[in-house]
Amino acid sequence: MSEKEPLLSKKYLKLVKDPLNENNPITVQVLGICSALAVTVKMKPAFVMAVSLMAVLAASNVVYSLVRNYIPPRIRIIVQLTIIATMVILVDEILKAYVYEVSKQLSVFVGLIITNCILMGRLEAFAMANKPWPSFMDALGNGAGYSLILIIVSFIRELFGSGTVWGYPVMEKLGVYNAGYENNGFITLPPFALILLGIIIWVQRSRVRKLIETH
Amino acid sequence: MQNLFDIFVKSIFIENMIFAYFLGMCSYLAISKSVKTASGLGIAVIFVMAMTVPIDYLLEKYLMKPGSLTWLSPGLADVDLSFLSFMVFIAVIASMTQLVGMVVEKFSPSLYNSLGIFLPLIAVNCAILGGSLFMQEREYNTLAEATVFGVGSGIGWYLAIVSIAAIREKLRYSNIPGPLKGLGISFIITGLMAIAFMSFMGIKI
Repeated sequence: MSEKEPLLSKKYLKLVKDPLNENNPITVQVLGICSALAVTVKMKPAFVMAVSLMAVLAASNVVYSLVRNYIPPRIRIIVQLTIIATMVILVDEILKAYVYEVSKQLSVFVGLIITNCILMGRLEAFAMANKPWPSFMDALGNGAGYSLILIIVSFIRELFGSGTVWGYPVMEKLGVYNAGYENNGFITLPPFALILLGIIIWVQRSRVRKLIETH
Repeated sequence: MQNLFDIFVKSIFIENMIFAYFLGMCSYLAISKSVKTASGLGIAVIFVMAMTVPIDYLLEKYLMKPGSLTWLSPGLADVDLSFLSFMVFIAVIASMTQLVGMVVEKFSPSLYNSLGIFLPLIAVNCAILGGSLFMQEREYNTLAEATVFGVGSGIGWYLAIVSIAAIREKLRYSNIPGPLKGLGISFIITGLMAIAFMSFMGIKI
């Protein structure tokens, strides 16, 4: 990073904005889908997962970008995974020390974060060739893009699958059960998450025409 | 023998990594455009799983389980290293992946190029870490059981990726709305296939 370039120049802001839509990690780069299916039945775990993923991604992107010139390419995968696993354990320990309640919820997802391909995908595709500050911005952008999809999917699944939003029984308060409405159990099953993601991709691509695949 | 066969069939069909647990989704969706590349990646995954699950089993049994260090000296009976299991499993998987990457690069450069970023991503293919963690959770008794489980899960994954790749090759000739082409329709089809595979769940072996 040159000293003269401002920290929030257009180029860097683009790194944050792009992954929100045109280069979204889930719907365009096809990274991190397993966790998008596993944690999106309810909104709360989805949110916790998204925030912790963003923290781990930012930390490991910066660390890897700092050491990128000293690592022989042959062993880089092991180094990357060691950095990621260390960061995940670190985040877990910090949460345990300061917000014990959240950490209890999170502990289940630790394994999922380590194997979340967004982490390694971004290390491999971006942090390996870029300086720490752009890597940090890239991590923020991709983390936010991931969170966006997770929140959308979990909102729909929780509302129509369990009739609640963030644990609050919306459907019951609206009184739709009395009118004969029932929760759709199928929506809480993983296959529906796949179909829902397919529909989200459909909507996104019909808005951003250049993402349409031609083959 | 009967037992081993049960584990084998179970890990391929009933507990299929993709359709029952949705593990290893990313590379499954991204590398399934043609049957040829898909089967290349599938074979790599079978190989990595067949190697890592038994190795992790041995490490788990002789290093990390509570009381497993007694073969060194009886005084270590109360040492519990199980908190290390993530790190150890990941390290084994990463080194195996690197090995496979080198072999593929050497013998089939064209496959190496078409797999691109997804070859190193085998290391974070959740199916593989998932395989090791399931092995740990289900407490298989012998090395043979763990090996059969690893191979079986790998074959199940291979089966899944080759079948979606075959379907996608045919889809090229069908009239799908533009924005849904490619990734979108693959998601929906995977969802439908998963519903079909749910019918296996009732089978008890």
